[in-house]
Amino acid sequence: MDLKGRKVIALGERDGVQGSALAECAASAGAEVVLEMTHCFV
Amino acid sequence: MTTLEQPVVRGARFFLAHTPGLVRYGSRPSRDIAHEPSLEAQIGARLRVFAEAAAYPPNQTMLGRLSPDALAKLPRPWFEHRAGVERWGPHGEIMPEEEFFALLMVFDSAGLVSLSEDFAATIRPALQAHPLLTEGDIARLKGVAEARIEETLRGTLPALPLRGREGRRIGCIRGDHAEDNTLFPDVLLENLACKVTAIMALRALLEQEKVDLRKVGYVLNSGEEAVGDRYQRGGGNLAKAVAEMSGCSCATGVDIKGFCCGPVHALALASSLVASRVYDHVAVVGGCSLAKLGMKYRGHLDAGQPILEDTLVGAAVLVSADDGRSPVFRLDSLGRHTVEAGSSQRAIFEHLVSHPLRRLGLKFLDIDRFATELHNPEVTEPAGSGNVPLLNYRMLAGLAALEKEIDPGDVERFVAERGVTGFSPTQGHIASALPFMAHAVDGLREGTLRRTLFLAKGSLFLGRMTQQADGLSFILERNGR
Repeated sequence: MDLKGRKVIALGERDGVQGSALAECAASAGAEVVLEMTHCFV
Repeated sequence: MTTLEQPVVRGARFFLAHTPGLVRYGSRPSRDIAHEPSLEAQIGARLRVFAEAAAYPPNQTMLGRLSPDALAKLPRPWFEHRAGVERWGPHGEIMPEEEFFALLMVFDSAGLVSLSEDFAATIRPALQAHPLLTEGDIARLKGVAEARIEETLRGTLPALPLRGREGRRIGCIRGDHAEDNTLFPDVLLENLACKVTAIMALRALLEQEKVDLRKVGYVLNSGEEAVGDRYQRGGGNLAKAVAEMSGCSCATGVDIKGFCCGPVHALALASSLVASRVYDHVAVVGGCSLAKLGMKYRGHLDAGQPILEDTLVGAAVLVSADDGRSPVFRLDSLGRHTVEAGSSQRAIFEHLVSHPLRRLGLKFLDIDRFATELHNPEVTEPAGSGNVPLLNYRMLAGLAALEKEIDPGDVERFVAERGVTGFSPTQGHIASALPFMAHAVDGLREGTLRRTLFLAKGSLFLGRMTQQADGLSFILERNGR
């Protein structure tokens, strides 16, 4: 998927991939990260 | 100059309370019921009876009647398993909700809880038969007329009815201020339940270890409750309230807060206090998380299974000066997730596992068992949260492979042999490594274990004051003296 110029919401989880890591990946692929958040589901 | 003492972990005990009647007051169910009142009946129809919760294999693993490895071999669903109903195990007890409601009154020091005369009279013999309750405790159980309960529920202060699994009202808990939401009855119920579960776990532990109560110098409470009022929200020191009701009359204490990582921080501090000879015995406690009852009830209803988040848990661990037989808490093994570490899973595991192992000249395979997030997958999977322990162990095994300490083909074997099957109720800080502590102490004292590593992670970002996560780890190993 080409993320260049796309808006991205990065929702991560504590025991998986965290929001900050998702956001960094998306930004490096040219996306604009409009919301970054990490949740804990336990 | 005084030399350092060697801290050891003398023991760990758990107190489980099966409280299906309180599921309606869990955070998720209470918010949903407020919007959709008919949900209360749907939830009620899926709540377990005590015999089912007591026989439930993961609960029996908490109580030490079943090992995590034996649990892993049992076919799922575990909730269909019909083993014998066992209230007591080598690591603690599971109490029926009627007795727990009575304990809410017994350990209520502010006159918040009222129970009906009928209920108090019916439950008194059960409390009298309990080996950890005294005559003084039972004397605090006093019923009131139904009319008084009605009056309290309709009074000027907010109040909540206390109902059992089948909906029968047995009493109520009132708030203690008309405008202060930190003293509303839902918050006070959470705090009181936390206190009761921590007291009962600590009483069981101190009874088991035959420690002179006057020699317990300090109690560290590591739960996730927030005790306080409008001017000092979360002011805390539930530790001292627990010490007071556990016979530790020469102790003071303090709360150590760190989300799910709180207990591991508290254990490290307790060991430091023992090592520096400030105290001979430090108790670390963590009460329950009532807010998490029924947290994933929607997934359970959708799956047509019982609502499994119906059990509160309190834990207690005793850290003492070296007795020559209990496992050694290695203060030189602390792994810390530092501010500069970054929050990727790899960074967290490197700081909590790779770095301390390297510092001590140890390899991943020198650790017999790693204890980390031990949430019961049967609770989390139907709600889409996956098998949390398995996710963590695969990450850990992947790191071992990356560091060329195991072959990539051995990842699953590493997980099976050095991980621990999840068996803990989703009780926040309780589920983070702590449930394995009593099994580890047994295995390191008399079993086949030589060295175990405990690691916990804290979701600090949930409080909106930082985007940081946190983590701490330590090694517990066989006493070589």
